[in-house]
Parts: sequence; C-alpha cells; structure tokens
Amino acid sequence: MSSDPARPNGESPMLHPELLARDDGDAVYRGGRRLDHAEAASKPLRPQPEKQPRGAKIHGNRPVDQADAAARFIAAPEHEKMHDERLWDLRQKRDREMHGIAEWEELRALASAIKEHTLTRLDEYLDQFEANARSNGVHVHWARDAAEHNRTVHGLLADHGAKSLIKSKSMLTEECGFRHYMASVGIEVIETDLGERIQQLDNEDPSHVVVPAVHKLRTDVAQVFAKTIGTDPDNSDVHYLAEAEREANRPLILAADAGMTGCNFAVAETGSVVVCTNEGNADLSANVPKLHIASVGIEKIIPRLEHLAVFVRLLSRSALGSPITQYTSHFRGPREGGEMHIVLVDNGRSERLGLAEFWTSLKCIRCGACMNTCPVYRRSGGLSYGATYSGPIGLIIDPTFNARKYSNLPFASTLNGSCTNVCPVKINIHEQIYAWRRELVKEHEVPFTKKAAMKAAGELLSRPAAYRAAIATADAALAHLPRFVLYNGLNAWGKNREVPHPPKQTFHSWYRANRGEKP
Amino acid sequence: MRIGLFVPCYIDAFFPEVGIATLELLERLGHDVVYPRDQTCCGQPMANSGFNVDCAATEALFARNFSGFDYVVAPSGSCVHHVRDNFDAVEQTKEVRELRARTYELVEFLHDIVKPDAFPWARFPHRVGLHNSCGALRRLRHAHASELNEPLFSKPMDLLSKVEGIDFVTPARPDECCGFGGTFSVFEEVVSAKMGYDKVSDHARAGAEYIVSADTSCLMHQQGCAERIGVPLKFMHIAQILNGARA
Repeated sequence: MSSDPARPNGESPMLHPELLARDDGDAVYRGGRRLDHAEAASKPLRPQPEKQPRGAKIHGNRPVDQADAAARFIAAPEHEKMHDERLWDLRQKRDREMHGIAEWEELRALASAIKEHTLTRLDEYLDQFEANARSNGVHVHWARDAAEHNRTVHGLLADHGAKSLIKSKSMLTEECGFRHYMASVGIEVIETDLGERIQQLDNEDPSHVVVPAVHKLRTDVAQVFAKTIGTDPDNSDVHYLAEAEREANRPLILAADAGMTGCNFAVAETGSVVVCTNEGNADLSANVPKLHIASVGIEKIIPRLEHLAVFVRLLSRSALGSPITQYTSHFRGPREGGEMHIVLVDNGRSERLGLAEFWTSLKCIRCGACMNTCPVYRRSGGLSYGATYSGPIGLIIDPTFNARKYSNLPFASTLNGSCTNVCPVKINIHEQIYAWRRELVKEHEVPFTKKAAMKAAGELLSRPAAYRAAIATADAALAHLPRFVLYNGLNAWGKNREVPHPPKQTFHSWYRANRGEKP
Repeated sequence: MRIGLFVPCYIDAFFPEVGIATLELLERLGHDVVYPRDQTCCGQPMANSGFNVDCAATEALFARNFSGFDYVVAPSGSCVHHVRDNFDAVEQTKEVRELRARTYELVEFLHDIVKPDAFPWARFPHRVGLHNSCGALRRLRHAHASELNEPLFSKPMDLLSKVEGIDFVTPARPDECCGFGGTFSVFEEVVSAKMGYDKVSDHARAGAEYIVSADTSCLMHQQGCAERIGVPLKFMHIAQILNGARA
C-alpha cells in the first residue's frame, strides 16, 4: 500500500502515511472526511510483518540440529500457522482427488511395481534409453557424481560460449550444488519457476520439492523482491509481486544463451524426457535457447510410454491435489537448428540401490505428498532439515549422502506412518525411518549421552526387582520413569507440558493389595 | 481361555486405573486373567530409538513372563505394535514367534476375538472425541485411515457404540498425530508440544468433553498439553468407559 506524500486532503503531517492511503478499506469517514484523530479508531497501525525464520545452521560436517531450527520456526507463529494450514490444504485436496478415483489403491500398487521392476533392471533400461535418445539426435552423457555433472554441463556451456542459463526446477541440480558451481565459473543461472526464483533471489535452498518457497509469507517475498528487483517493500499483493517478477525475468529468459530442465520421467522405449510443470517454464527453458540440457537422475527411468499414464495420474493428485499439471511436456529431440543433451546422473543412486533395507526409496517421484501430510514437517519448515531433501523422504535419503551430518534427521519423526499411506509409489517411509535409527546407532552416529541412557534403561527394564524399587512410589516413578521411558528426563517433558499427576499407588501395588501376594 | 495381562510401565506407574479397568473388564466378560508379577516393559522405548541391542534382555524377560497363555492382552496399541511388528532383538524361537502372534491390543481383542454383544454395565452420557493412536490406526489397523481409499470401519467405534449415551464429535483432522511419538516427545519437545496443543484445540473446537483412546501414552501427552494451555478437556482410556466408568 503506497502512501500519498502530497496529502491532497490536507491531513495532519503528524499522521503515519499509511493512515492516509486513499484505498484504505478500514478507514472510517464522517461527512466526507476521514476520521483520523486518536478516538476515531480509523485503523490500527499495521505492525511490522513477522520476520521470516531461517533454516538449520550448518556447521560443516557436524550433525544438523533439526529440532533447534524447528523450534525457531514455531517461534514465528504467523509463518508456522500459514505453513501448516497451506500444506494441510494440499493434503485435503489430495484426499478429494483420491476419492474421485475408485482404483486409486490399485494405481499405487501398479506404480510401485513398475518402479521396482525398473530399478531391478536399471542397467538394461538405461542402455535402452541411451540408444533411443541417441537415435533421436540427442547427445547423452553420464555423470558418476555431482562434480562430474557440474563439469559436464559447464563444458557444454563453454563449448557454446554460453554465459547465461535459464533453468526449470530440478531437485537433482540442488543435490549437485549446481547454482553455486555455476556462480564460481562465472555463468549466470536464472531459475524460471516462480517459487524457485524467489528462493534463488533470497539465496536460500528450496524448502519443499514441489512448492519451494512455501515457508515464506507474501510479506517475506515483498522484502526479497524489494531488495533484488526493486518492488515496493510495503506492497505484498501477490498479483503485483508475480507481475513484477515476470517483468523482470522475462527479458532474461529471452536473452539466455542456454536452457536446462530436470526430468520427471525418462521413457526408455522412446528416449524422451518428460517434465511436468504448472507454469510452462520447462518449455521456455527447453525451447527458447538453441541449447537444451536435461539433467536426469538415473532412477527416473520408466520402461514404456504406457507406464507414464500411471504416474501422470498419480503425480499431481498426490502433490497438489490437482488432476494433472498444467503442462506435461515431452522432449524427444533437439529443436530445429538446436542441440539437446541429456546428462544421466548417478550421485549415490547405485550405492543406494544396493542397500537391502533402503533401496526402494529410489521409487520416489518427488511429489512431496509425504511432506504435506507430515505433522512434523508442517510445523518445522523444510529448511529446518538443513538438507536437499526435507520431510519424511528426506529422513531416509539424506543419510545416504552423509550419515554423520544427517544423523539426527531420522529421529525427527513420530513414526506415525501417514507418509507411507499417502506415498503414490508405496515406499514404506516410516519403516525405513525406523530402520535408519537402528543403522545410525549401529554405526555409532548418535550422541554418547543418549547411548548411555538407553543402555541404562535396557538394564533396568530387564531386572524386575531393580525396576520395582525404582518406581516403588509415585514420586520415585516420576523421578525415574520418564528418564528411561522418555530418554532425557522431566526437563524436556515439562518445559511445554504438565507432568502426569502421580497416583496413590502403582497398578502393581494395587494388584498385590487387592489380589494377593501371588497369583 | 487364559489371558496374560500386560500392563505397560507408564500405565503401571501413572495410570493404574487403566490397568484395573482392563483387568475388571476382561473378568466381567468371563475370562481367566493373570498378571505376571515380574513384568516390566516390552522394550519399545529402546527399540524406537534405534537401540535394538539394549532391548534384547527386556524382550527376553517379556517372553519369559508371557509364555504359556492363550492370549496376551495389553491396553496399549503402541506396545502391542512393538511386540507384533518389531520385537526382534530377542532370538526368534518358535515360542517367541507364537507369543508375538498371540499378543493383542485390548480393542482388537474384544472386537475380533471376544465379540461381546453389549456392555450393559456401561453408560457414558458425554461428548466424546475418539483419538486413534498412530500405531493402533495405521499398524494394528483399528480403523480406516483417511489417507487410503478404503471402506470406512472402526473397531473402537464399534465397541463404543454399544455404550449407552455417548455423543461422538469429530475433530477437523481426525487422524493427525498428537505428537507423542515416544522419545520424540522429549527429543523434539517443541514440535511435540505444538502438535499436542493443536490436537487438543481441534478436539475442543469440535465440542468434545472427553478425549478417549486405546493409548494412554498419547493421552498422557495430550493431557499435559491441554493443562498447560488451559484447554478444559478430560481424558479417559477406552477400557474405563467399556468397564462402566461414569466420568
């Protein structure tokens, strides 16, 4: 809301300019004049917008403290409430779409079976994909890891003398730290997805795989745009902001030297790359410049085009609760006079495929449904995880990249299992979270104090006499029981909750008193 | 039939009335119920935290205490979920495997095995919000889960509907986790408490006087949250209502 410095109605210069805005719907008028003295209560001064809480603090390889970052997110109640309600709304829309499809559970089972089939024959399908893509006139490259991916793309851009690159959203490029790398070699990257562009301009990672800026209020976006593209910092009207971003970004898109897309599905039978967007920005990225590079994780392969239908029916319904994305774009070969390159990236996927308990996490189609439904994620914000992948799927993928750094993440869950139930490819997410806890304990990636507490609990609980003595009275139970049942004592329990009221006697003593000494 | 009664540690220490109600209810329904004196815990707190090795001795003790019964029954969904689905720190002898399969949570035991027609002694003229714990809902399959496209069913509702006078109210997010999550409740205490506040507020907005559940651990957490933020709700285990508790 812009102020009017001319004060055409001759109002007092002592008033805050906001109170003078002519389009102020809250203003009270009497006899054609706006009431603006203290008693008029024409409008309260708008408080400063709540500051955006920032994500997890990263200290090199040290374990990310998700709980700390989540607590800071909850300490920003406007953000937390908006985030929880927005994502719960997506979950509800997803439920409505699900109920519209009688064969929903069969579709999930089918999608899971197709993915498992493909993953167990990944080498064959990758070869087939490569051969078909090449015969379509596409150049295919293989990258073992993030560094090789980044070098390969840089090489292609250098070959073409490209200095600027427009790209659509891709979690794989986030995994590869691609934007940072490009900045280091002097190539300008312009994200074309609105949410991703907001995050880029704010120098922040995406907080969600589908809606990357979902943790931001529009007032946060207004601040970012004011600093970067010169919008009015006090104007947080979404249409204004979207239009301003479009005006600023469109010329960059039209002038770009090269374009990049990610990939939702790579069809082996046709050698084509399929990208699903709601903004059409993948089409801009692929078609405006002459050079199109698609970065593809090797797990994105599906055997045949007919299989795509199964996933397209599930993807957007699960993600956003819409029947289909606005655009489902098939890129099969270079545009006329152009060049198309596909970079097939492993970056830890082959290794993950060999993990007996965790390989099915590769079925993931990055819909984000597990995040939307996760009660912990909704209240923590995606940036609290300090990792490329947040929410339930992040808990089971991130430790494969760095078990020490992400050792706390599998504990950021109540194991409620809602993630598993919404997953369109039936990944047993909460069981893998549980299995990761065991794995991390086995590999000594948990704090010593926790280890000591659990060892003590195990010893006490396996010795009935010692256990009985420890909880003989209610007071003793309060002192001892939460310490082992709840791991670190009453402090953490009692900070934000009341402790249980101690009863007169335990069940054990009641039983002895009422039913005799021995059965 | 001969039933071994398992009273989980936090019920033993903090909510003895839940253990008493379970015992009395099973006896009213004509069963021979034994409470093995040397019982402590099923091992879940250690196992859920990843410390499988540290729960082997506790699981072995559980197996010794509860061998030889026709059924083992516990008024706790999460403990039974542990015994049935994750109880693998101890050696998986034939006896242990059979014990795991014979261990039932009270609601499913009543609904699937005992199948009582009525609870004539029970009457509860109050507005009740049912809380299905996540373990009971999604692992023991007490009820239809809202994420799945499947027919509606609810074992606890089937039982409670045989009690005279209950007026059921439904919160806006009936299947949302309340945030207890075992060690999660202290490991991520801020998120846990926020989830609890939201849960009890949702039930209060729906008009509930009582939150009723088959899991005392969830109720212990929700009660602590409700008392802290001043939401006037009361909490009761389903065993107490089925056994005829008035309020």
